[in-house]
Amino acid sequence: MKFFSTIGSFLITMKGMFTRPENIKVYWKELMHQSVEIGYGALGIVCVISIFMGAVSAVQTAYQLTSPILPKETIAQIVRDTVILEFAPTLVCIVLAGVIGSKIAGELGNMRVSEQIDALEIMGINTKLYLIAPKILGALITIPLLVVLSMVLGIYGGRLASSLGGIVPPDTFDRGLLQNFAAKNVWFALAKAYTFAFIISAVPSYYGYNVKGGALEIGRASTTAVITSCILILFADYILAFFIL
Amino acid sequence: MIEIKNVNKSFGDKQILKDVSAVMQTGKTNLIIGTSGSGKTVLQKCLVGLFEVDSGDILFDGKNLVEMREEERKELRQQIGMLFQGSALFDSMTVERNVRFPLDMFTNWSASEKLARVNDVLERVNLKDTNKKFPAEISGGMMKRVGIARAIVLNPKYLFCDEPNSGLDPQTSMVIDKLIHEITIENNITTIINTHDMNSVMEIGENILYLYQGKKEWEGSNKDIIFSKHDKLNEFIFASEFLRDAKDMRMLEEKGLIDNDRNMDQILKDGGASLLVGDDDPDKKD
Repeated sequence: MKFFSTIGSFLITMKGMFTRPENIKVYWKELMHQSVEIGYGALGIVCVISIFMGAVSAVQTAYQLTSPILPKETIAQIVRDTVILEFAPTLVCIVLAGVIGSKIAGELGNMRVSEQIDALEIMGINTKLYLIAPKILGALITIPLLVVLSMVLGIYGGRLASSLGGIVPPDTFDRGLLQNFAAKNVWFALAKAYTFAFIISAVPSYYGYNVKGGALEIGRASTTAVITSCILILFADYILAFFIL
Repeated sequence: MIEIKNVNKSFGDKQILKDVSAVMQTGKTNLIIGTSGSGKTVLQKCLVGLFEVDSGDILFDGKNLVEMREEERKELRQQIGMLFQGSALFDSMTVERNVRFPLDMFTNWSASEKLARVNDVLERVNLKDTNKKFPAEISGGMMKRVGIARAIVLNPKYLFCDEPNSGLDPQTSMVIDKLIHEITIENNITTIINTHDMNSVMEIGENILYLYQGKKEWEGSNKDIIFSKHDKLNEFIFASEFLRDAKDMRMLEEKGLIDNDRNMDQILKDGGASLLVGDDDPDKKD
């Protein structure tokens, strides 16, 4: 029963955003601010994760492909497809759910507890629109960009590790990248990125916005938001893979 | 003027406000007093529309908040300023941006016009040269003053203050009280203050509403309190022996039984002013 009431409450919170903004300039500034906070703020961790993710993927693929019949280019193809299809969108978004999700839930929870949200309400501002919508839009703008960047860096990490470890020479790796390339995989990854971006921003916003209590509840809301986001990402990942691929 | 008519509010099975009716007068500081849990904050949140009432009416100069649509409420709220107990300043913004925020949101003024208005109100609350500071860098009293500046920057018709003196020393509390009182008179605002600070009650309580367990038990001014015969009110206001003595002194002064030449120390040595009030006085406490 609680599950359905939470879904209902979530939908009501989301519906509350659909009103006319009080001042479009202020909202635009807030959108830019949130885009920088979410996108630029997570840039470092995305770069590091992506390079190592690609590198490990290359090393482990090489470790498992021991047959001399298989050409070396296959390693590049496997690295490319695993990075594009799964690692860049799903793994990066799960990490972002932790980084961005806890930040959003903590920020909104703190604003709720310290009555800053009430202060905005009393001013006559639609707090759902002002506080949640820029975060969701900011995430929808920047997270797919981060995922694309992650794809590039992941593949580059694989190439670097293959080259440095003497697994696959760079020119062979590049040749492998171009073989059997399916552009559909990139579109699929982007579809996942947009879906996950919504989950990463909307779910923590909901939990943070509706915090009741004090500091302890803010911590709990952050944890719940991150766990729920991760589960929803994995669930959405399966559903999208099932229907699109 | 705000008229509260037969307001009831419950949370689950617990009824917090029981048929509360009162009139909050324009140009006066209207105080809502009562012990913790008496329903002061709930009443104030009902008045500003943060809580919906179960029944009853709340009229802002004749317009019923209860029957308003969301758009009408938004318009009304732009005429409301509120000072919160913890100031509720936006942590990530400087003092200047905090005060400017309502102007950014609801006016099309130029940057220089906004800055001039911000500086005006900051000067009014005696906060010059704090524009670039963040809330974390200023004291509690200063935060309250920034909160007041933000609340009055749009020239509101109604000012709500929730425990404006909580966490402040007595001297700073008096400064805040005086400031709110002056602003109320200068701008002819309807000010509603939630408090259990006795200094505030005695200093600026022009119209006082006493709540006890969600019911309005008493209404009057700070002068009426001195002569009040209401047991629960007296227990609340004059909780300590010191305050009971102070009340008796004030009564004697009002009745002309003591004057400035009388040695107050001697009165206290003799057992306090209550002895002078006499047993026949209806306000004397046992």
